[in-house]
Amino acid sequence: MEISGRKFQGYRRENGRVGVRNHVIVMPVDDISNAAAEAVANNIKGTLALPHAYGRLQFGPDLDLHFRTLIGIGCNPNVAAVIVIGIEPGWTNKVVDGIKATGKPVEGFWIEQNGDHNTICAASKKAREFVQHASELQREECDINELWVSTKCGESDTTSGLASCPTTGNAFDKLYDAGCTLVFGETSELTGGEHLVAERCATPEVRKQFQAMFDGYSNMIDRYKTSDLSESQPTKGNIEGGLTTIEEKALGNIQKIGKRCMVDGVLDKAEAPTGPGLWFMDSSSAAAEMVTLCAAAGYVVHFFPTGQGNVIGNPILPVIKLCANPRTLRTMSEHIDVDVTPLVRREMDMDEAGDALLEMMVRTANGRHTAAEALGHREFVMTRLYESA
Amino acid sequence: MSIDFIVHDADDSVGVIVVEGIQAGQEVTGWIMEGNETVTCTVHDAIPIGHKLAVRDLAENDAVMKYSVDIGRAIKPINKGEHLHVHNVKTKRW
Repeated sequence: MEISGRKFQGYRRENGRVGVRNHVIVMPVDDISNAAAEAVANNIKGTLALPHAYGRLQFGPDLDLHFRTLIGIGCNPNVAAVIVIGIEPGWTNKVVDGIKATGKPVEGFWIEQNGDHNTICAASKKAREFVQHASELQREECDINELWVSTKCGESDTTSGLASCPTTGNAFDKLYDAGCTLVFGETSELTGGEHLVAERCATPEVRKQFQAMFDGYSNMIDRYKTSDLSESQPTKGNIEGGLTTIEEKALGNIQKIGKRCMVDGVLDKAEAPTGPGLWFMDSSSAAAEMVTLCAAAGYVVHFFPTGQGNVIGNPILPVIKLCANPRTLRTMSEHIDVDVTPLVRREMDMDEAGDALLEMMVRTANGRHTAAEALGHREFVMTRLYESA
Repeated sequence: MSIDFIVHDADDSVGVIVVEGIQAGQEVTGWIMEGNETVTCTVHDAIPIGHKLAVRDLAENDAVMKYSVDIGRAIKPINKGEHLHVHNVKTKRW
C-alpha cells in the first residue's frame, strides 16, 4: 500500500498540530486534587479526569519531568481543552501557562482558600463551556505526514519478534518514507541488541547520545539489581510466552524499527521531537509509563505489538494492538485490533501485515475506537526518577 | 504445508513452536525464514506454543544463536529437539 499521500480526517489545533481525538481533560496537578478533578468529570459529561499518584514534594529533574508530562499531555493535539486543578495557585498556573502556549482553551483552579466545593463548582462551569466548544469542532482532511506515531510492545513473547514487531517495523519503514514523526524507546529492553540500534543512528553525534542514554540506564539497573532480573526483564509473562533471556527479548523488540528507518535523534522522557523522522526516547519499558511518555511528547497514535496479551490503553492516545500468537487471539481477542496470526501460519507476508496495520491506523485516526478505548483502558502512569524530598 | 515451528536465520540454534499441543516424540515441520527452507525435527519434550526447541546440538557454555545474534549461554548440554528455555539457558547480561 502506498501510504505516502494518504489523507485522514483529523482535528487541526490552534498551533497547527493535528489530533485524532477531541478530549476535554480535567488534569490534577497533584495527588490530593484527584477527588476534585474526578468530581468535575462526573458533573460534566464528555470530560475525562486524569487522576495520578504524584506531584507533591518532588524536586530537581524529577519535578521537571512531572511538569513536562502534565504540560505535554495538555498540549497533545488529541486534547481540545484542559481544566487544571491543583492544591495551590503556583504550580497550577505553571501547568496552565505551559499548555496555554498551544493557544487551546485552558483554565486553572486551586483548592486552598476555596475548598473542594467551590473549586468543583467553578471548574465545572468552565468545563461545561469547554465541552460545548469542543463538540462544535470539525474534523478536516489532513496529510499522513502530519501524524505522529509512537510504538512500544508489551507482554512480548517469541511471536512478537517473529511477527507483530516486524509488522510494526514494516509500517514504520513506510511511515518514515512518508515523512511522519515516529518514536520508540524502552532503553533497558534493548540490552543485547543495543549495538544494532547504535548502527542505525543517523550521525555519530546521535550514536553518542544514544549510547550515553543506554549506558546511563544500564548503570542504574546495576546499582539496584539483586539478581539477574529474571521475572522483571524478561517478565514472568515473557517467560511463560517462551522468551528466555533479555537478549532474546531485545532482539524481538528492535524489530519494531524496521529495516530502513534511521534513528534521527534522541529524546529525554516526555520531550517533544523537533522534526520528522524516527526518534529514540530514553524511557522505562513498563507499558503504561512508556505510552504515557509518548502521549506527553505529542504522539497521537500508538502501535502496541503484544504476544501474551498486555491489555493497556491510554486516556488520550489511541493504542492499536497487534498480535501474532494464536492462543492469545483464541483466549482474549477482544483486546486485539490487528490479527497478524496468518504470518506465523505462512498465510500472509510481512508487507501485507504492515499494510493491514497502516489501514487500521488510518481508520483509527479517522475516529474508529481501538479495543482499549472501547474497553475503557485509560492507564495514565507518570514516570518517577527518585524519592520525594 | 502447515508448519509447527519457525526459525529466523539459517545459522540459528533454535526454532519457535507456533502451534498448540506439541507432544514429546512428535515429528514437527519447521520453516527457516531466511532462505524459505522447510525442515523437520523430532521433539524430545512436550513444548508449549511460543517456546523454543533446539535445532542443533549444543554443549555446555555454547552460545545460543537467534536472529544470528548471541541470546545467551547453554548451562548444560542441549540436544537437537529438546525444549530450550530458562532451565538450560541463561543470559550473559545482568
